Amino acid sequence: MKYVDEYRNAALVRTLAGAITRAVTRPCTIMEICGGQTHAIVKFGLDELLPPSLTLVHGPGCPVCVTSADLIDQAVELALKHNVILCSFGDMLRVPGNGIDLLTAKARGGDVRILYSPLDAVTLAKENPGRQVVFFAVGFETTAPANAMSVLRAEREGVKNFSILTSHVLVPPAMRAILSAPDNLVQGFLAAGHVCTIMGTQEYGPIAREHGVPIIITGFEPVDILEGILLCVKQLESGRAEVENAYARAVRSEGNVHARRIVEQVFEISDRDWRGLGVIPRSGLALRPEYLGYDAARRFKLTAARANCVTECISGEIMRGLRKPHDCPAFGTRCTPEHPLGAPMVSSEGACAAYYRYRSRALATAEAKG
Amino acid sequence: MCLAVPGKIVEVLGDDPLLRAAKVSFAGVVKLISLTCTPEAKLGDYVLVHVGVAISTIDPKEAEETYRYLQAMGELDGLDVPPPVMSPP
Ligand code: SF4
Repeated sequence: MKYVDEYRNAALVRTLAGAITRAVTRPCTIMEICGGQTHAIVKFGLDELLPPSLTLVHGPGCPVCVTSADLIDQAVELALKHNVILCSFGDMLRVPGNGIDLLTAKARGGDVRILYSPLDAVTLAKENPGRQVVFFAVGFETTAPANAMSVLRAEREGVKNFSILTSHVLVPPAMRAILSAPDNLVQGFLAAGHVCTIMGTQEYGPIAREHGVPIIITGFEPVDILEGILLCVKQLESGRAEVENAYARAVRSEGNVHARRIVEQVFEISDRDWRGLGVIPRSGLALRPEYLGYDAARRFKLTAARANCVTECISGEIMRGLRKPHDCPAFGTRCTPEHPLGAPMVSSEGACAAYYRYRSRALATAEAKG
Repeated sequence: MCLAVPGKIVEVLGDDPLLRAAKVSFAGVVKLISLTCTPEAKLGDYVLVHVGVAISTIDPKEAEETYRYLQAMGELDGLDVPPPVMSPP
């Protein structure tokens, strides 16, 4: 496949891994933000090609993992009490709330449907004029244009039975929160390529300067990721802290101005409660006052948030780069993809699910060998 | 979740900015994709698609340049490029 296969070239992967090994002279910790990158790193075993002094930690860039349990509860309430057609991306269905998950709600008779695009939910609403259709609009900046467009299309076409349950998060405030913590270990970032496709690169300069960390805009294929790591290591070794774009085929410095305009028309910045990280000020998107008519929480007068119940899940520490999935006492025993305790074990982009899928066997073999 | 896949535009449909769409081929599988965020995209272009929306056209010059730079690095390293595609273990 064009623009994919070239970036999986095994010889280039080896070359880059070699260059990284030669460049590293002291221990360093680099965080990849995006869950898609985490998945690729673990799937292709890229971290195993790197020198032991270089640690990759896995950031909070999986929207499914950071959507608060309260919002899952609200989605369940919509499906069971309000008899709506509740549409969602597939990954959300197994994520535990404080009570049941959406898959259980479906088994109990809730009309829960998996869709590929929020735009399909508007079509579904047009086809079912007698029913209320709600799209569970989770996502980072990458997904915001599609969710905003669904609202604009519903408005344009007069679709009154459509609304969204919004759980939109923004990457730069989360990076600042991670860097500002007193126990932070992260020295450099691979920034999420497709978030930058929408938003551009300008938000990252001040973060790099104020916190003294290199930030490399990075793509998702093995060659892209290793190139990002190499550039980050070179900066760390030479004491620089700059923003570099290693994904220029898809990221312009100004981002996608058309997409940004659509997002700004429909959404405004708001505080957001991140699962595992807590409330981060001005770290999310909410519908603007003129579009509140499309807010499902308001339309169905959903009950106010309950406190997230306490579990043994350490996903917050994993997403801040302090621990790895197999440091969690529940990993692979009480928490598995079939019976997840936390969201990162559910989503294909969650660090725990990736380690479980691609690393369990390797870990078991290593342990057996002792 | 921020997965976006490159595909080639094989047909452009409509010209209303909010409804402009295209048939996009992903290694042979054709899907209807919104071009609202990429008004510059035209027939034959490669676009990066996320949840049914083209979020960017792919810049062929930038892609070529990066690849050539990386290839040169491989040659300096004494490796023959391009050999087989990497597949997950
Ligand atoms: S293994 Fe399960 S319980 Fe432990 S951090 Fe990961 S998701 Fe949470």
